[in-house]
Amino acid sequence: MAILEVHDLSVYYGVIQAIKGISFEVNQGEIIALIGANGAGKTTILQTITGLIPAKGGKIFYEGTDITRTPGHKLVSMGIAHVPEGRRVFAQLTVLQNLKLGAFTRKDKDGIEDTLKRVYARFPRLKERQNQVAGTLSGGEQQMLAMGRALMSHPRLIVMDEPSMGLSPIYVNEIFDIIGKINRDGTTVLLVEQNAKKALAIANRAYVLETGKIVLSGDAKDLMNNDSVKKAYLSE
Amino acid sequence: MSFLTYLINGISLGSIYAIIALGYTMVYGIARMLNFAHGDIIMVGAFAVFTAVSTLGMPPFIGLIAAIAICTALGLTIEFVAYRPLRGATSLAVLITAIGVSYLLQNLALLIFGSNTRQFTSIVTLPNLKLAGGKMTVSSVTIVTIVCCIVIMIALTSFINHTKTGQAMLAVSEDRGAATLMGINVNRTIAVTFAIGSALAAVAGALLCSMYPSLTPYTGSMPGIKAFTAAVFGGIGSIPGALIGGLILGVVENLSKAYISSQLSDAIVFSLLIIILLVRPTGILGKKIQEKV
Ligand SMILES: Nc1ncnc2c1ncn2[C@@H]1O[C@H](COP(=O)(O)OP(=O)(O)O)[C@@H](O)[C@H]1O
Ligand SMILES: [Mg+2]
Repeated sequence: MAILEVHDLSVYYGVIQAIKGISFEVNQGEIIALIGANGAGKTTILQTITGLIPAKGGKIFYEGTDITRTPGHKLVSMGIAHVPEGRRVFAQLTVLQNLKLGAFTRKDKDGIEDTLKRVYARFPRLKERQNQVAGTLSGGEQQMLAMGRALMSHPRLIVMDEPSMGLSPIYVNEIFDIIGKINRDGTTVLLVEQNAKKALAIANRAYVLETGKIVLSGDAKDLMNNDSVKKAYLSE
Repeated sequence: MSFLTYLINGISLGSIYAIIALGYTMVYGIARMLNFAHGDIIMVGAFAVFTAVSTLGMPPFIGLIAAIAICTALGLTIEFVAYRPLRGATSLAVLITAIGVSYLLQNLALLIFGSNTRQFTSIVTLPNLKLAGGKMTVSSVTIVTIVCCIVIMIALTSFINHTKTGQAMLAVSEDRGAATLMGINVNRTIAVTFAIGSALAAVAGALLCSMYPSLTPYTGSMPGIKAFTAAVFGGIGSIPGALIGGLILGVVENLSKAYISSQLSDAIVFSLLIIILLVRPTGILGKKIQEKV
């Protein structure tokens, strides 16, 4: 069953068309990777899904509901969380304040405490640093905070924008490891990555994006062996 | 003995600047705009109290509550009608709109109340305070103003630190997009900020006119500019900065009026601002733009 369906989506920045009529779907329980070079339109797609940028044409359905025109702040309580590109943690607030903001739309106090415990179990470093100001964390720790913050809303679909960007290899492995665990816990993942090798290794299916269009799609394992994918995205 | 009187009066005037400066600094911090009409909301608040108390004969406290309600509604209306449609527009367009709103309020007041100076009846009816065995008198307005400022500062700080709406304000002030991703309604949060700033402006208007009891449609503009100066002084966007900036401004203004020249006091105040900004461009408590890792 599709949890997210995107139909013929087009997005503009002023007169420039960044997304040129793309369609794809994400099924319940999957990890879907969206790969493509810098500037291909990956971030634009995620921001349009979560309501930060308006769609010019096409439709977006989430759990069967048309959310194309739903304001971004209403999507969180519907079960969508977004780990944005560049992490965008609230640098002047503490780790704990950041995590609590992740649960902003929730009213169940006990449930929030329970989720906080789980997030701390998943990211022990966040617990150690819960009273530290987020701006003083390392890049990898900020990425964990951005992921933990997204998990605080208890999402059914989590979209992640380049979670491994700028991180040291140890952190990259750890982050991908955690993405796998989040998915095994029952959360559907839409993952945007420039690290195509790692993304394809973890994903069920993938879409390849070039200048606002999907040029290839299929099973992640098949794409990993696809010659043009190998040449464009997997060569060192 | 008189130095102490000047100092206390300066702190009291500075408390009013601080209360007004809070409105500028919160709106700037959260909506990223200079609300130049903020000073005129003070004037509207003062006229609301004047009408309620002097014309309609209501008790001062009820008049103050009415003024707070009117100014809050006015602030929300201005935000919704004039500023919200410009969200995402250039800051120059927003600034020009704010100046337009300022003139609109002044001219509406001219139309309704005329240009005659009204004699404002103090909302503080307590007796004056005699200190040092009767050698020194401090007016009750002065004391009440300082107490109001302290109470407002404490209340606002705990509102921001301990309520969800307060945390949402901090989130919006740092990153609107990320705040939206938390499920925070950015427009609503900005509206709440305007409501708080405007309610405080009503209080400031009532206190200001209780201290200096002449009221005209232009009453708000000079204190507005000075409070804006105080906000920049303390570090725009910072709540403790508004307090410190307001107090310094009030004290410097009053002492230079007393000891140097009452004509030059404004020049001295603004020179001080320029010097401070040359040394610390972000103001006394202003934060540097945080670098992203
Ligand atoms: N705010 C913006 N204004 C104008 N053009 C933009 C903006 N953001 C992105 N673009 C353009 O849209 C295209 C897609 O960008 P983006 O979605 O960020 O790509 P990706 O995430 O795949 O690197 C690029 O050509 C980029 O230059
Ligand atoms: Mg991107």
